[in-house]
Amino acid sequence: MQTLLDQFFNISIMIKTMPLMLKGLVMTLKLCAAVILLGLAGGLLVALGNLSPRKWLRLPCIVFTDIFRALPPLVLLIFIYSGLPFAGVEISPFTAVVLAFFLNNSSYYAEVYRAGILSVPKGQLEAARSTGLSKAQALVHVVLPQAVRNVLPDLLSNTIEVVKLTSLASAVSFAELLYSANMARSVTYNASPLVLAALIYLVLLWPLVRLVSRFQRRLAA
Amino acid sequence: MTNRPMLEIVALEKRFGTNTILKGIDLKVSEGELVFVIGPSGSGKSTMLRCCNRLEEPSGGDIIVNGRNIMSGTTADLNRMRLQVGMVFQGFHLYPHMTVLDNVTLAQRKALKRSRPEADARAMDMLENVGLAHKAKAYPSELSGGQQQRVAIARALALDPKVMLFDEPTSALDPELVGSVLKVMKDLRDKGMTMLVVSHEMGFARETADRVVFMDGGVIVEEGTPDEIFGAPKAERTRAFLARVKN
Amino acid sequence: MEGLHRFLATFFDPAMIEAHTLAVLAGVWITLEIGLAVIVAGIGLGLLLACLRTYGRRFFNFFIVCFADIFRALPPLVLILILYFGLPSAGILLSGPMVLFLVLSLTLAAFAEEIFWAGFSAIDKGQWEAGIATGLGFTGTLFHVALPQALRLATPPLVNRVLAITKMTALGSVIGVEEVLSAATTAQSFSGSATPLSLAAIAYLIIFLPVVFLARFLETRQRWGRA
Repeated sequence: MQTLLDQFFNISIMIKTMPLMLKGLVMTLKLCAAVILLGLAGGLLVALGNLSPRKWLRLPCIVFTDIFRALPPLVLLIFIYSGLPFAGVEISPFTAVVLAFFLNNSSYYAEVYRAGILSVPKGQLEAARSTGLSKAQALVHVVLPQAVRNVLPDLLSNTIEVVKLTSLASAVSFAELLYSANMARSVTYNASPLVLAALIYLVLLWPLVRLVSRFQRRLAA
Repeated sequence: MTNRPMLEIVALEKRFGTNTILKGIDLKVSEGELVFVIGPSGSGKSTMLRCCNRLEEPSGGDIIVNGRNIMSGTTADLNRMRLQVGMVFQGFHLYPHMTVLDNVTLAQRKALKRSRPEADARAMDMLENVGLAHKAKAYPSELSGGQQQRVAIARALALDPKVMLFDEPTSALDPELVGSVLKVMKDLRDKGMTMLVVSHEMGFARETADRVVFMDGGVIVEEGTPDEIFGAPKAERTRAFLARVKN
Repeated sequence: MEGLHRFLATFFDPAMIEAHTLAVLAGVWITLEIGLAVIVAGIGLGLLLACLRTYGRRFFNFFIVCFADIFRALPPLVLILILYFGLPSAGILLSGPMVLFLVLSLTLAAFAEEIFWAGFSAIDKGQWEAGIATGLGFTGTLFHVALPQALRLATPPLVNRVLAITKMTALGSVIGVEEVLSAATTAQSFSGSATPLSLAAIAYLIIFLPVVFLARFLETRQRWGRA
């Protein structure tokens, strides 16, 4: 029992590695901000393309979402980080991570938006167009607010996945939370820093996970 | 009533695939006139109405509003034209995420570029006309069906349309709520609005319509004054339809 | 033209394709094996927990909810590193594939439990009452009335989740599991060519695109069913 505690919940090691971990946390949060905002924006564009009546626009968007839903994000990340230099494109870990997750998240957010837009009755768009609003105005003021409200739980749960996803950045030596924890582990020969990282993720995400569950129950009721 | 045509439908055709819904419709609605369209379901009357502001894209023919052909011109022209043609839907289609007031001001602000105070003032006038000024801050879900439909009428009127299209405006309402909507429509007619109405309210048609049009199978079978159509229909199909709805 | 030629030579070098396809295929086998095991164990455990939860025992439900919450909130890679690097010093040796299997199936179980539970919650109370009133008993009603309806509701979101989590078998490359990505990165560092990475990407597309299509099909069907 004592060995288990020493190995996983060593308080003094946790305290000693705290500054390093906090630095990692800051990087994680910065990465999250970039990746979530880009994903939300890119996903919206892809979703609109997905629903376009124009085939030349719709087809590439569908192919885009399908490919990036099928590719594991880590594979995409390694491909971009280790593969692109072979083509003469040098790329920093941060850029590689942001690019890989942008492609991955856009396709996931796009699917959520698409479901949301489809959930808005057609009459809403017609009513808006009948009052002389342009397609863009009808979309911005009438369709999208309702679409987003209808899929808010899914947007939130996807965002939780994005935060968890940023931990993969450690695989390309980007110094975020998990990378810092793993560094600390290899220096201290002790798993407590990893457990500390897990606790930080829990503090960050548990409230959001609860919120998603509450949303889902309300929708089911 | 002047004879200037406000809305002209010329040789209108509409096909869905191989299915022809409208087979060459010609109809003129003069300024200040209320034209009532009746006919069995599937006769194409709603489709015709929806072609009048190009919610449905006509397969052929022309739609002329206030002397301008809306089948030509740019997208911007189309949006401008739609401001002149108000439409009221069977299902109301109020925006559920906005208050009644915002429902009525949205297009005023975004399409007509009116200022917020100007749009609000205009909206309150219109809500006053339909007897719902006190509900301005409510959300659509807090209103009865009849109230929602009156707000939808106010939303269309606030844009100062030249013509109002009504697509079965009372069909989705409980019987006791129909009267309030019909009263608003009658007031509107008395103020001289040009109106094209698709509806099954035969009593209302008899009382208020200037002209009644009977459609069946994608064509206009017969048109005339309410007395002519309801009193002495000429076509056999009209007689059969009227006999059916009376019972 | 020159650019295209260089692109092909970098990412689709025929010699490299010939040299490394077998290694990547071996990885595909391991990915499939672990993936299938994760699906079976994860869905099984998730379903079991959701069924237990319907009995409404406070004590059990507290643990089920905590389990589901924690495994939905934690990034799997964190758990993988903790188990792989932490347990040996506590005297427990788990192989890389075993760690990967454990973490992914527990994660899938947590999500599956929530999805099944949402399915159960969506079933009209009258269905339970009808079952119990006709003498099926609670467990009988659960199996014959509630479960079939919950499964129907759960299928589309479950397929999406299965897709997301089986894709995470690629995380095995971090702890030396010889799956597709690992085979490809090894080949890449030995050969000094990016082509093995392309092979890996293609392999993943071949494995997972059918699942993406299945998910899309199920979602569309459900949308029509509702209309």
